[in-house]
Amino acid sequence: MNEIITFINLYLVPGLTIGSVYALGAVGISMIFGILRFAHFAHGDLMTIGGYGVLTAIWLIPVNPLLLLPFGIVLAIVAALAVDRFFYKPLRDLPTIYTVIASFGVALIFRSLAQLFWSSGNQVFQSGVRRPLVLFDTFRISALHAQVIVLTILIAIALHLFLTRSKTGRSMRAVSDDPELAAVAGLDTEKVVRWTWIIGAALAATAGVFAGMDTSMHPNLGWNLLLPMFAAAILGGIGKPMGAIAGGLIIGIAEETLTYTWFGPDPLIAPSYKSAVAFLIMVGLLIFRPQGLFKGRLL
Amino acid sequence: MSALLSVRTLTAGYGGPPIIDGINLDVAEHEIAVIIGPNGAGKSTLLKSIFALTKIVSGEVLFEGREITRLKTAALVPLGISAVPQSKNVFPTLSVEENFDVGTYAAPPADRNAVLDKVLTLFPDLRDKLRQPAGELSGGQRQMVAMGRALMSEPKLLLLDEPTAGLSPAYLEKIFDLLLDIRKGGVTILMVEQNAKQALRIADTGHVLVNGQNFASGTGKALLEDETVRRSFLGGAA
Repeated sequence: MNEIITFINLYLVPGLTIGSVYALGAVGISMIFGILRFAHFAHGDLMTIGGYGVLTAIWLIPVNPLLLLPFGIVLAIVAALAVDRFFYKPLRDLPTIYTVIASFGVALIFRSLAQLFWSSGNQVFQSGVRRPLVLFDTFRISALHAQVIVLTILIAIALHLFLTRSKTGRSMRAVSDDPELAAVAGLDTEKVVRWTWIIGAALAATAGVFAGMDTSMHPNLGWNLLLPMFAAAILGGIGKPMGAIAGGLIIGIAEETLTYTWFGPDPLIAPSYKSAVAFLIMVGLLIFRPQGLFKGRLL
Repeated sequence: MSALLSVRTLTAGYGGPPIIDGINLDVAEHEIAVIIGPNGAGKSTLLKSIFALTKIVSGEVLFEGREITRLKTAALVPLGISAVPQSKNVFPTLSVEENFDVGTYAAPPADRNAVLDKVLTLFPDLRDKLRQPAGELSGGQRQMVAMGRALMSEPKLLLLDEPTAGLSPAYLEKIFDLLLDIRKGGVTILMVEQNAKQALRIADTGHVLVNGQNFASGTGKALLEDETVRRSFLGGAA
């Protein structure tokens, strides 16, 4: 019994937390690939920008960083729309590999700007010891982890409703399905592209804040999360936002729970090899099931 | 009576040498007009050019007397023109109902439910498949979803690129019957068709294209009886 509780407290909940970060980042990667048809390598750094947006706001308004999320979201949306307008849109009619390379450049720009404005060191959102929430005298969960998981669930529900019920959401899915037919149907593809960036950036900023609050803010924060986020997007099926959420949670849980002492006293895999889990999942997927769990598009 | 759609000496292609060269064509209101001709004659290109999906070199397209040559596709739908491409003409992961709803976005009808009901009266088979992803349907049913989507914006002119391509003979009859029903509802139809003989039987007018140019035009009946057209394009004996 104790072992199950330890497992939940120290492995499952942290896994769901980091999984939520992956999930929110992977949604944007998946949607951008579905609609704009390129792998957005600056997505991690977009998270970083969002994280620093909130970090700056907290210097001015010292409250719970989660309440200041809108500042990070707005900063990330402005950054995403600006790079789309000036770096990606001029390349739209060329083969998408040009845009992929451009996004690498944009990633470097974002990271350098973060270093320039916010220094290259680690910075924390809130200092001091935070007591975990104790539920039923047994579960000890950090308040942040609980908030992250609940917020991610709410975001996933809202996203699902947006994509299935709203005109813009359905238009996004239509363009993702077949951009030529969407044009024949008279859909406004530029509006769809704009909304893709707005949603992708908003979720990336949220994920960046979650990740920064869980550890600390630094300019490489998002870049370091890029690999598991891509793995999550592929696992969920490229172009399937809800699949990306599932993929993110699965990879987060896999990373954490594989370090549990499943057999004998030692961890199944040493925690320092955690990040190899996402890598292995991605390699395995690309070989055996490149369409992902939910029949997404082939890369 | 002036034509609903007029194509005047239209030359267009995809950036390289023009595929259609100086095409003239008139479509009167409430008629079914069919474009036939051998492979590579430029039939689909003509349809795409009317719908602003090609590069127009010269000539003009008039709709209700208004020049629409330079308008973008998205601007044509609100004017009352809808098109159904030949293949890949449904959104496969969207449900049938969502496909229909996407058809309303560029030109929202006054009463979406009334239009949906009208479309489902035409295609009753789709009534209990509204929640199914369109990609899971059979080829014939997908064609109906595609036509339904195009009809959801209540167009005056419906452009169809080979609506019977790849369908079984049974479905072919069904689609042609449906076209007559759609016309009865006040929609003018301009379509490209490989099954030339059957198409000309339901058509008011037919246009034969060869090598990107007008070869012959006339009523469907006249073309069916024309010796040259019959021998060259309709497979000999009527």
